Amino acid sequence: MGKLVPLSGNYAVAYAAKAADVDVVAAYPITPQTAVVEKLAEFVANGELHAEFLHVESEHSALSAVVGASATGARVFTATSAQGLLLMYEIMHIASTMRLPIVMGIATRAISAPINIWCDHSDFMAAADTGWIMFMAINAQEAHDLVIAAYRIAEDPDVHLPVAVGYDGFIVSHTIEPVNIIEKEEALRYAPKRVTWFTLNPEKPVTMGSLASPEWYYEFRVQLQKALESSAKVITTAFREFKQHFGREYREVDGFYTDDADVILVTMGSTTGTAISYAEEARKAGLKVGVLNVRLFRPFPEREVLKHIEEAKVVAVIDRALNPGSSFVGPLYSDIAVTAFKKGLDIPITNYVTGLGGRAVLKSHLDTIVKHAYGLIGKRMRDIDTHYAFVGVRE
Amino acid sequence: MSSLPGWRDLPRGATITEPGSSVKYKTASWRVMRPVIDQEKCIRCRICWTYCPEPAIIELDEPYTTKTGRTFKVTYSIDYDYCKGCGICAEECPVKAITMVEEVR
Repeated sequence: MGKLVPLSGNYAVAYAAKAADVDVVAAYPITPQTAVVEKLAEFVANGELHAEFLHVESEHSALSAVVGASATGARVFTATSAQGLLLMYEIMHIASTMRLPIVMGIATRAISAPINIWCDHSDFMAAADTGWIMFMAINAQEAHDLVIAAYRIAEDPDVHLPVAVGYDGFIVSHTIEPVNIIEKEEALRYAPKRVTWFTLNPEKPVTMGSLASPEWYYEFRVQLQKALESSAKVITTAFREFKQHFGREYREVDGFYTDDADVILVTMGSTTGTAISYAEEARKAGLKVGVLNVRLFRPFPEREVLKHIEEAKVVAVIDRALNPGSSFVGPLYSDIAVTAFKKGLDIPITNYVTGLGGRAVLKSHLDTIVKHAYGLIGKRMRDIDTHYAFVGVRE
Repeated sequence: MSSLPGWRDLPRGATITEPGSSVKYKTASWRVMRPVIDQEKCIRCRICWTYCPEPAIIELDEPYTTKTGRTFKVTYSIDYDYCKGCGICAEECPVKAITMVEEVR
């Protein structure tokens, strides 16, 4: 067992990359992620981590550099936030379709304009269609553990995909919590370095990142979709092994009081903690509230989500991001609604967009949401005029 | 296209595992106009060979005698596997011995 150390979410992520014994780090500082890169640079400078630390001029270069390093068989790490992630966007697709097992931390932050450095999930959700496996941690311990699990998953011969681990900017990235640190030896026992993906090797020459004309391109995008689908099995196995190695149990989603709940709040990230605390209070006041935390966002764990929501009367999906002009409004909502629709679950599933740009998501907001959802019990989707609401915004 | 391998059989990540396989890629498929050399007019100046960016002008070691009795030691022909029909050869030919004709497939 590791030792308990007070760490911020950012440091927890840096310690995880160190424990995974990464060979190459390329990252560019951006608030609220900066401390990750600072700490890793310190580890390299003082000899605690034997890695190549590449000082790049942008996030576009940071991800490009780790793409190149990963293509040589190195274990690589990068981290970013908000505008930095958007600058990586182009390369994110390249990393996934080239099937390179890159691991990235995302300290989630709002997207400009207006400029805002505080937490929401706009950046994370903008990356949802890039073909990466995506986790959202709820606290520093999870951020630490999921980065280590990410290497076990990404490098699995049945996966070969990049993995992103999100954790809420400031709320998790800068809050100091006791974190059970995994040491290098333990991390490497759990996630040994095994290079099974195609690499650039003069002894066995290959071409990577080449052109694919219309006769060839489509097949590789299908490969990506199928790879994400089949990664689900490896993720379950990796979580089971994680428990055997470290004692902490992770699942694709967590249900809290969902068994007998009338209203289930679906949350991601630090809002989950607030929601659990709220649900406990609400239950004392006679409201049967449940909470469903979505830890794995890509591939979307439909089966696991359904198990928790199929007995509910109303499902209230909380989004800290917005797809302006879309039919669904909140990105998490779209996945939950489609999951329910595919199984003919005809209960009200509503969307509440809240906490944009670092606005606090308070229990009073959750109470407003639950009271609204209670008013929909017994209705069907077609009876609802507007499926979404903004909570905590000034009219 | 149905004879090409499906997504299950292709190497992961669009990796090309056979070194030097690009020579098998015939790049002439997008040609719209094809150059045709009139061997009677051609004076073997080699300008087309020099200018062709591909290069898709082939110098053959084949003698040719014109109807007017002139004999040349070489013959120029076009490699239609790689010629993209840019028309530079026809443009540069000083005796207009190369014409661009519509590609019909």
